[in-house]
Amino acid sequence: MSPVTLDSRIPDGPIEDKWESHRFNMRLVNPANKRRFDVIVIGTGLAGASAAATMAELGYRVKVFTFHDSPRRAHSIAAQGGINAAKNYQNDGDSPYRLFYDTVKGGDFRSREANVYRLAQVSVDIIDQCVAQGVPFAREYGGMLENRSFGGVQVSRTFYARGQTGQQLLLGAYQALMRQVSLGAVELHPRTEMLDLVTVDGSARGVVVRDLLTGEISSHAAHAVVLATGGYGNVYYLSTNAKKSNATAIWRAHKKGALFANPCYTQIHPTCIPASDEFQSKLTLMSESLRNDGRIWVPRDSADTRPAHAIPEEDRDYYLERQYPSFGNLVPRDVASRAAKRQVDTGRGVGPKKNGVYLDFADAIDRLGREVIEERYGNLFEMYERITGEDPYVLPMRIYPASHYTMGGLWVDYNLMSNVPGLFVIGEANFSDHGANRLGASALMQGLADGYFVLPYTIGDYLAGLLGQPPVSTSHPAFSEAQQGVEDQVRQFLSIGGTRSPDDFHRELGKIVWDDIGMERTREGLEQALRDIPALKAEFYRDLRVLGTGETVNDSLEKAARVADFFELAELMARDALHREESCGGHFRVEHQSADGEAQRDDEHFSYVGAWEWTGRDSPQTLHREHLEFENVHLATRSYR
Amino acid sequence: MAQVTPRSSVEAAVRPIHQKGRPWPWPASLYQTYTGKKWAMAITGVIGLIFIGGHMFGNLKLYLGAAEIDAYAVGLREVAYPLVPKGFLLWLTRILLVAALAIHVHSAWSILAHNRRARPVKYAGKRDYIAADWASRTMQWTGPIILLFIAFHLADLTWGWVNPEFVHGDVYANTIASFQRIPVAGLYIVANLALGVHIYHGAWSLFQSLGVNNPQYNALRRLFAVGFALAIVAGNISFPLAATIGILE
Amino acid sequence: MKFTLQVWRQAGPDDRGHFETYEAQDVSDEMSFLEVLDVVNEDLIREGKEPIQFDHDCREGICGSCGMMINGQPHGPQRGTATCQLHMRKFKDGETIVVEPWRAASFPIVRDLVVNRSAFDRIVEAGGYISVNTGSAVEANMLPVPKSVSDAAMDAAACIGCGACVAACPNGAAQLFTAAKAQHLNLLPQGQAERWTRTEAMVETMEEYFGSCTMHRECEAACPKNISIDFIAYLNRDYVKAKTVNRNLTGQGLSQ
Repeated sequence: MSPVTLDSRIPDGPIEDKWESHRFNMRLVNPANKRRFDVIVIGTGLAGASAAATMAELGYRVKVFTFHDSPRRAHSIAAQGGINAAKNYQNDGDSPYRLFYDTVKGGDFRSREANVYRLAQVSVDIIDQCVAQGVPFAREYGGMLENRSFGGVQVSRTFYARGQTGQQLLLGAYQALMRQVSLGAVELHPRTEMLDLVTVDGSARGVVVRDLLTGEISSHAAHAVVLATGGYGNVYYLSTNAKKSNATAIWRAHKKGALFANPCYTQIHPTCIPASDEFQSKLTLMSESLRNDGRIWVPRDSADTRPAHAIPEEDRDYYLERQYPSFGNLVPRDVASRAAKRQVDTGRGVGPKKNGVYLDFADAIDRLGREVIEERYGNLFEMYERITGEDPYVLPMRIYPASHYTMGGLWVDYNLMSNVPGLFVIGEANFSDHGANRLGASALMQGLADGYFVLPYTIGDYLAGLLGQPPVSTSHPAFSEAQQGVEDQVRQFLSIGGTRSPDDFHRELGKIVWDDIGMERTREGLEQALRDIPALKAEFYRDLRVLGTGETVNDSLEKAARVADFFELAELMARDALHREESCGGHFRVEHQSADGEAQRDDEHFSYVGAWEWTGRDSPQTLHREHLEFENVHLATRSYR
Repeated sequence: MAQVTPRSSVEAAVRPIHQKGRPWPWPASLYQTYTGKKWAMAITGVIGLIFIGGHMFGNLKLYLGAAEIDAYAVGLREVAYPLVPKGFLLWLTRILLVAALAIHVHSAWSILAHNRRARPVKYAGKRDYIAADWASRTMQWTGPIILLFIAFHLADLTWGWVNPEFVHGDVYANTIASFQRIPVAGLYIVANLALGVHIYHGAWSLFQSLGVNNPQYNALRRLFAVGFALAIVAGNISFPLAATIGILE
Repeated sequence: MKFTLQVWRQAGPDDRGHFETYEAQDVSDEMSFLEVLDVVNEDLIREGKEPIQFDHDCREGICGSCGMMINGQPHGPQRGTATCQLHMRKFKDGETIVVEPWRAASFPIVRDLVVNRSAFDRIVEAGGYISVNTGSAVEANMLPVPKSVSDAAMDAAACIGCGACVAACPNGAAQLFTAAKAQHLNLLPQGQAERWTRTEAMVETMEEYFGSCTMHRECEAACPKNISIDFIAYLNRDYVKAKTVNRNLTGQGLSQ
């Protein structure tokens, strides 16, 4: 493999003009030639569906693979709160520059300025596009679009569709995709999971997939491969991700040469429903938008066991409002999460297991009336009641942080192409726009920005260089080799014949990752994790039990492959967290905090993207650094006080 | 559009249960589809309801005595006379009713067959219905009962084939003679109960098929259906009851 | 709590299938129904038996993957709730719970409780979209949409495509799904251009795969998103109009 160089390909010029001039400078593929290019898209979430639809509209031949039974089920659908866009409809001083500024600052100065600025620029187009597709965003009585505010910002720029914004945006993209399917421009393969990337001469040339209904393993070649497979939050086992969300596609691409950037940047979402028992299979998020109207508190006295309504005002500690008077309950996610953890750690947690804090709507209901609250959050309140059996209109909600989003992902350049030519990575699967912490309502924005407005242009620049070349044939040895590898792995899992299920291992791995690479990390903890994870992994390969065959639907077999990848990924997370001797965003090292417990960045030594190169099963990955330049937003300590 | 060649294994596993044919000329094209058939069923149902309502109301003349009802029967033949020949409107109505009935029955039969193809396998466990009521689930049985009843009713009181004392034009006497036979009275009562159940569901759901419902008056639809069904059943079964217990003779 | 589960096991599409009985011990009332299946599956794996296959993913009631007949009701006894959000506190301790896959000709069983719902995608493909290429959209606030219209569209758009409506319907009809998908777009001003072609195409594709509505209202009762059957009425109305309008347009050479 050729030596890795990290060229971020950031265009020259003032930040406002970079994207514009880049779009002009990129090579185009003329419409007749677009038909000659095959593109594979893996994943049909916001990024994948929007990219596939848009590329098909442009005329490329697109093949789409999703492990779901329908493209509409990708986990983007579960995003509740909203999508940011610098429309400034509220006339409150918003602008692309402010969205850019907020995002860079919110990301704790660990993101690439040029990418973030482009994201802010195209955010306005996303809203236009989605409205045209029929996304039923919330409206004011006059028929204009309504906005609300979100954590980490002081303007109202979030567009939403009740508490189902992700669902509505995904349905918009899914519908656009299905339109292309009906036109024959997209070949759709549901219930088909990508299990390997195929590279020929260092470039991505295809994938190996497994049909989850028949178990058939097949190869598909293309001029470019786009991974839009989401994040790796399920490495924690308990997370707000869907049960099947996994890192397999990006991880296998990593093992084929793609660099994995900033794996330790994981986001712990502050407002989730606390775990109730050991069989808990996942955690449910309550949209961050709730913090607009809810007030977070715990009893002042850890021995206070009175029910919430019996605790008088003076015995309550509204700790976020107290510690962060200017942002109050709307501090960014990482700050809110750590603050909650501290309250619970000092014994002031609430609920039967004392593992949560209150999110109280009593004041908001008094002020606005129950109807307004119902209108804004009705479905969230219902969901809460369904899960906990408690009525949040009467009792305050109990919330606690949970793994939610991963800022890290495959390294990509300004064109969203990884260091492997022809391998593009979009949405949560890449590392690019959120730095060390993502602001609320920005994930939907990034997924759609990448899919609708960035990748369809930038991929053309790459493909233009391949004009005249047919896709590599799937009879190329690289394909048969990759296919053999996948077949061997399936056989291996089925033949270990141990005693423990993949879920059992996953749960144990998750506990290690949560304890040692969770909200607060220490050197000892990370070193411990680097001993525990390989030990558990070795046991996994000794004692795994996968029953049944590979020729039919077999949930355990699918899980086994995903858990196997999570083991390797968890190790890399620990290694990355250990090397990053600073606290920034979602990465909080206990050794690096100020006297009042705030994160302490070390810009002098760590203002870079840490991108790891796979060097083989038995040797640790090597680190490559992409230094981050901040020409527009000046490095400053993030303060929300 | 149905795909001729499946594009994935997932798609290959699901085959259509129905193929759309070549379109007929409008408005027959509407009747080619099941949604269109439902619409036709609702329209013919409305025609049926109007007839059933008028029929029941007219027959109340039985209580006014033989002269009144016999005159009413003659009068029906003379509606709009002398503008049109005698019996003209009566025959027009009869043709319309027969056509409506034929369409109603054909669409029902066709939808039923389609639905059986759509759900060929029953649940192995016990099904616990939440909203579906007895009326909606027995439409396919109350319908044939009514159809058979109509045949009998015509044979009994229009043609007189099954009424030994039948005298053409002697409406009152024919009716009482027929109803005073206990099995016949029983048959009329059972058939009208079936009709009531059929109307209870039909008069509510036709709004749905025609798409003329509105949340503002949806509650009234149920009231209408219940009221209509009750009125028809009460009126219609009062005749055989009254004849049996001797109020009418 | 403890429960006896009677679960439908079927090795593949061509297998006859049968019920098997499992005991679930030590169930907490906080557990979701799918978590109970998880626990049963862990036990099965320990005993060397193949676990029960069922579709699931987000487990927060929005992806629409999960769905099964629970005691003869789609998604079980709690109204407006998908299987994943059904918690065991809704059952009586010691109860026998019968679990079966969705059944309809166009939802063939893949394995155990997993069914193939791809016919839904065919309906959407037929016209469940607004044809607007990326980049050709106008400024979002150019076209005011009355709040009531937007809200009504959202009520329809809330559909998660789980298939409970089809499973619930004694006719195996998909009217509620199709109505929700079509009326979401038909109600909005953005959806007017294709309203009639969309309606005609979606309804006729639906009829290729699914039964026909006879107003049992079971779909509405089973819908985890409480979508109203009023949308079916609107779809019926639009369909009859579409048949006329599309013909008129074609006749005038304005076919789309």
